[in-house]
Amino acid sequence: MDLVNPGFGLVFWTAITFLCLLFILRKFAWKPILGAVSDREDSIKNALAEADKARQEMENLKSDNEKILKEARAERDAMIKEAREIKDTMIAEAKDEAKTQATKLIEQAKTTIQNEKLAAITDLKNQVADLSINIAEKVMKDELSSKDKQVALVEKMLGEIELN
Amino acid sequence: MRINIFRTFLLGFFFLISFNGFAIIEDNKETEDKPFDAKEMIMHHVKDAHEFHIIDINNKPISIPLPIILWTDNGLTTFMSSEFHHDDTGHTIVEKNGAKFVKLHEKIYQLNDGATSVTFDEEHHPTNAVKPLDFSITRNVFMMWVSVLVLLLIFLTAARSYKKSKDGVPTGIAGFVEPLIVFVRDDIARPMIGEKKYKRYMPYLLTIFFFIWINNIFGLIPILNGANLSGNIAFTMTLALFTFIITTFSGNKNYWKHIFWMPGVPVPMKIFLMPIEIIGIFTKPISLMIRLFANITAGHIIILALMSLIFIFKTVALAPVSVAFSLFITVIEIVVTAIQAYIFTILSALYFGMATEEEHH
Repeated sequence: MDLVNPGFGLVFWTAITFLCLLFILRKFAWKPILGAVSDREDSIKNALAEADKARQEMENLKSDNEKILKEARAERDAMIKEAREIKDTMIAEAKDEAKTQATKLIEQAKTTIQNEKLAAITDLKNQVADLSINIAEKVMKDELSSKDKQVALVEKMLGEIELN
Repeated sequence: MRINIFRTFLLGFFFLISFNGFAIIEDNKETEDKPFDAKEMIMHHVKDAHEFHIIDINNKPISIPLPIILWTDNGLTTFMSSEFHHDDTGHTIVEKNGAKFVKLHEKIYQLNDGATSVTFDEEHHPTNAVKPLDFSITRNVFMMWVSVLVLLLIFLTAARSYKKSKDGVPTGIAGFVEPLIVFVRDDIARPMIGEKKYKRYMPYLLTIFFFIWINNIFGLIPILNGANLSGNIAFTMTLALFTFIITTFSGNKNYWKHIFWMPGVPVPMKIFLMPIEIIGIFTKPISLMIRLFANITAGHIIILALMSLIFIFKTVALAPVSVAFSLFITVIEIVVTAIQAYIFTILSALYFGMATEEEHH
């Protein structure tokens, strides 16, 4: 029964020794060791978090770059498009201008031609009238050269009047 | 230098382990002429002693005397155990401080006034002597202090190496003990007590883990005569008492409510559960005490009993079998040293966790 009968002396010494050991180790061993371990864990955690952050930033940067590139591309496309439109409108405008100019010229030409024509016609008319008068004069001179012819004419004319 | 000390210690440890059977055989030489009593030999090894017996050479015991400290009616009495001249039968009488003392079965008795020698009754109990309060530095106390020195050497060195290295990377012995410390923290304290409160209990859990473990290991070193400290019920009782005190004092409202008025069950059940829970408060540390004591003592008894077979059968032919079996058990015991330290620590942590658990409904 001695085996399961706790001796008072050993209980006493165990209690004192254990308390001293606990006190010394807590102050001089566990505190620095656990502190160092948890510090290291924290620093590892922080380093990992920072690496993650850096990676995130890299990704952000990359996506930013892509965005900028995309925008630049879009801008370039827009510019090309605009230039093309400007070109088109310029051509169209030039065409219109040319057309109106041409029309105007043609119009002017037409008017001139008309005027010239009218002038020519008038001139022709005058000349024809002169010629006609000349011819008539000559014919008249010829007609009225003899007495017979004059009488015949008067009679004919008289006759025409009667009819009227 | 530091590493050298540690290496020497480890080498010495393995050297001593390899001589497991040797020390026991030497011990039994003194019983050669008497009929061999296995039970007496085993009990002598498993129990505490007042001197540090190392070896017998030519029937002359070689031992380290240890101080005997007694609290008697005449006050504190101290003398060295060598004054008994290795006598354990109560025949050598030491007179100190006006009183006569004898040592019988590793117990110190004070003779009653006027008595000159011990008289025994039929069961071999002394009839004319009383046991004074015995504070002696016994073999177990001595080994406990040796283990404390070793623990301090290991962990203060480790702590210093952390202070020296600026980046907190463990070097030397710190690299060896850090996984163990992290194991206690991450696999014992954190899951059992919880993330919020485990830090308060870390020093206790770490100290108790390493204290039990190293004393379990020291108990296996045969030339130290199997200083069976962690297999001594006084030692395990003290440690269990510490766990009990801490558990009781850190118990919160929720813990006591679960003991005296179990929530969530009908009233008759509450009344029925109350005595069970109150008994439970005490059975927990008692189970801790008995588990460690019984496991370590049983291991010692098995090894010693196997070695005793040689002397019981009085033939050397049995020695290979005995040695093989006790080697096998010793290897198991080396594992048990760690397992028992682990179990004591994890159960302590579990009790602390139960005591500090917050209400969750």
